[in-house]
Amino acid sequence: MKILVPVKRVVDYNVKVRVKSDRSGVELSGVKMAINPFDEISVEEAVRLKEAGIATEVIAVSCGSTASQETLRTALAMGADRAILVETDAELQPLAVGKLLKAVAERENPQLVICGKQAIDDDANQTGQILAALMGWGQATFASKVVVEGETLRVTREIDGGLETLELKLPAVVTSDLRLNEPRYATLPNIMKAKKKPLDVIPAAELGVDVAPRLRHTLHAEPPSRKAGIKVADVADLIAKLKNDAKVI
Amino acid sequence: MKVLVIAEHDNTKIAGATLNAVGAAQQFGAEVQVQVLVAGCDSAAAANEAAALAGVAQVVSVNAPHYRDQPVENLALLVAGLVRSDGFTAVLAGGTSFGKNLAPRIAALLDVAPVSDVVSIAGVGRYVRPIYAGNVMVSVESDEPVQVLTVRTTAFAAASGGGAAGVRDVAAGEDLAVSRLVGREIAKSERPELAGARIVVSGGRGLGSGDKYREVLEPLADRLGAALGASRAAVDAGFVPNDYQVGQTGKIVAPDLYVAVGISGAIQHLAGMKDSKVIVAVNKDPDAPIFQVADFGLVGDLFETIPQLVEGLGANQ
Ligand SMILES: Cc1cc2nc3c(=O)[nH]c(=O)nc-3n(C[C@H](O)[C@H](O)[C@H](O)COP(=O)(O)OP(=O)(O)OC[C@H]3O[C@@H](n4cnc5c(N)ncnc54)[C@H](O)[C@@H]3O)c2cc1C
Ligand SMILES: Nc1ncnc2c1ncn2[C@@H]1O[C@H](COP(=O)(O)O)[C@@H](O)[C@H]1O
Repeated sequence: MKILVPVKRVVDYNVKVRVKSDRSGVELSGVKMAINPFDEISVEEAVRLKEAGIATEVIAVSCGSTASQETLRTALAMGADRAILVETDAELQPLAVGKLLKAVAERENPQLVICGKQAIDDDANQTGQILAALMGWGQATFASKVVVEGETLRVTREIDGGLETLELKLPAVVTSDLRLNEPRYATLPNIMKAKKKPLDVIPAAELGVDVAPRLRHTLHAEPPSRKAGIKVADVADLIAKLKNDAKVI
Repeated sequence: MKVLVIAEHDNTKIAGATLNAVGAAQQFGAEVQVQVLVAGCDSAAAANEAAALAGVAQVVSVNAPHYRDQPVENLALLVAGLVRSDGFTAVLAGGTSFGKNLAPRIAALLDVAPVSDVVSIAGVGRYVRPIYAGNVMVSVESDEPVQVLTVRTTAFAAASGGGAAGVRDVAAGEDLAVSRLVGREIAKSERPELAGARIVVSGGRGLGSGDKYREVLEPLADRLGAALGASRAAVDAGFVPNDYQVGQTGKIVAPDLYVAVGISGAIQHLAGMKDSKVIVAVNKDPDAPIFQVADFGLVGDLFETIPQLVEGLGANQ
C-alpha cells in the first residue's frame, strides 16, 4: 500500500506573527518556518504503517515555492521514502491545493492519503475534506487512531462529544489530530540520508489545474487586545472582585 | 437569497451550534430566506425542533437509513444536489467537528472555495475570520456563486424559539456506502456543555494527574455551575477526555467567566478562550503568560488556593 502525505511549510508554531504595516498580510520575512505540526504527525503515522509492514512506500508531497523542499527533507528524514514538490510561487488556497493533490494522487495511485487536520497558518481545516470529495473517496477527519485491516480502514475520530470509530473502504483520506501519535525526532544520520532520497519537482502548471485564488484576503488586523488586568492579593480579594466588580458570580 | 443551514442533530435533538448558524444566516440581510436541512432517520423530532426556531422559513426533511449516522460522504452529496435543484446561494454549518468535516466536502463538490470559522458577516461574500491561532483577523471577500461557510458559534447569537416553519419532505439521495459508523463514545455529563456554558473552569498540566484534576476542579465547577475544560497538555497526559480541550485545535469558548487553573497560557490555548468576558488565572508562576490576558490573576499554589476558593464561595452563598 502506497501512502501519500501532504506536508505544508508554515510559520513555526512558537512564533507570534505580526501584521504588516499596510495590513496586506502577515510579516513573513525573517520568520522561522517549519513543517505544519499536524503534517509531522501524518508522516509519523505513515512511517509507522510502513514499519509495521502495512505500507510499502511513503511519499511526502508539498505544494508551494522552492523553500518547501526544506519541509520535504524533514519528512524524508523522519522516514518518508521519496518526495514531490509541486512548485509554484502563486498563492495557493485549499481548493487549489486539493486539485493539485488530486493530480498527484492520480499519478501515484496511493491507497491512503494522510493530511493534517489543519494548517496552523490559515487554520482552514479544509484540504483533506476537499481532496476526498474530488477523488470521490471516503474521509475520516480528526483521527486519533488508524488501523488498516486488509481493504478497510478503521479510524477513531475526535468529535465534539467524545470519540467515534468509522470503517472506510480504501482508498480514503485521513486527517490527523494531535493525539494520533507523537512524532519522532529526525536523527542526524537520518537527516544526512534524507539528502540523498529522491525529491522530484513538478511545476504546478504541468498538472493542468486552475489554481487561481477564489477568495481575496483584503485586510489583516490584530484582534483587539485585552486590557491588562490586575493581580489579586488572595482568595478573599478574588471572590470580592468577582462579585462586586465583575459581577459574574 | 436562499440559505441552507445544515442541522447537526442526533435524530431527536438539534445541537446548540445549529441555533448559532441560523442566527448567523440572518446577517445576510432582510432578504434572506433560511431553510434548515435535517437529514437523518426517524428524525421528525429534530425536524420539528428546527421548525420552531425563529427566522427559519422552512425545514427540509430527508429520512433514510443511510442518513441515520450521518456519514459525511452521503450528506455532502445530498446537500450539493439540493443546492443545485433548489437554487441555494449559501450553505452554513456551525464551526464544530461536524460542520468542519462536512462543509469543505460540500464546497468541493460544487467547485467553490469554502470559508471556515467566520466570526462576522458584513454581507454576501464579506466575512471576517481568525487565522494564525486567532492572532490575526482577516477580511475575506468571495464572489463564489454558492457561499459555503462554517461559523464560529461564539460569534453569533443563537436563534430563539417561537418560529412556526413548515416541514418539506425531500427524497433521499444516493447511498455511497463508503464509510460506516462502528461506534460512538459520547461522554455524558450533568454539567453544562463546554461550548455554550456561562462559566468554564479549565485545568492544565499544573493539576498533575486526572485524579487531582477531578479532586480539585470538580468541587469548584459544582459550586459555580460551570463546564469543565482543559489545556492540550492536560488532555495529552490523559487527565481528561479529548473533548475537554480548549484552544486553536480544540473548542472555542467565550463564557462570562473563564477560570484557568495551572495553565501557562500558550497562544494555542489563548486562541480558544481569549474572547471570554472575564478571565481568572490561578498559577504559581507570576510570569506565566496567562496573566497577560487575565482580568484577575491569583499567584499561588492551586492545591491550596482552589480549595480555599471553593470554601469561600460556599460561605458567601
Ligand atoms: C499545532 C498545535 C496545536 C495546539 N493546540 C492547542 C489547543 O488547542 N489547546 C491548548 O491548550 N494547547 C494547544 N497546544 C499546546 C500548547 O502549545 C501548550 O503546550 C499547552 O497549551 C500547554 O498546556 P498547559 O498550560 O496545561 O501546560 P504548561 O505549559 O506545562 O503549563 C502548566 C502551568 O501550570 C503551572 N503550575 C504547575 N503547578 C502548579 C501549581 N501547583 N499551582 C499553580 N500553578 C501550577 C505552571 O506554572 C505552568 O504555568 C497546541 C500546540 C501545537 C503545536
Ligand atoms: N500547500 C500545501 N502543500 C501540501 N499539503 C498541504 C498544503 N496546504 C495544505 N496541505 C495539507 O492539508 C492540511 C490541511 O490544511 P488546511 O486545509 O489549509 O488547514 C495540511 O495539514 C496539509 O496536510
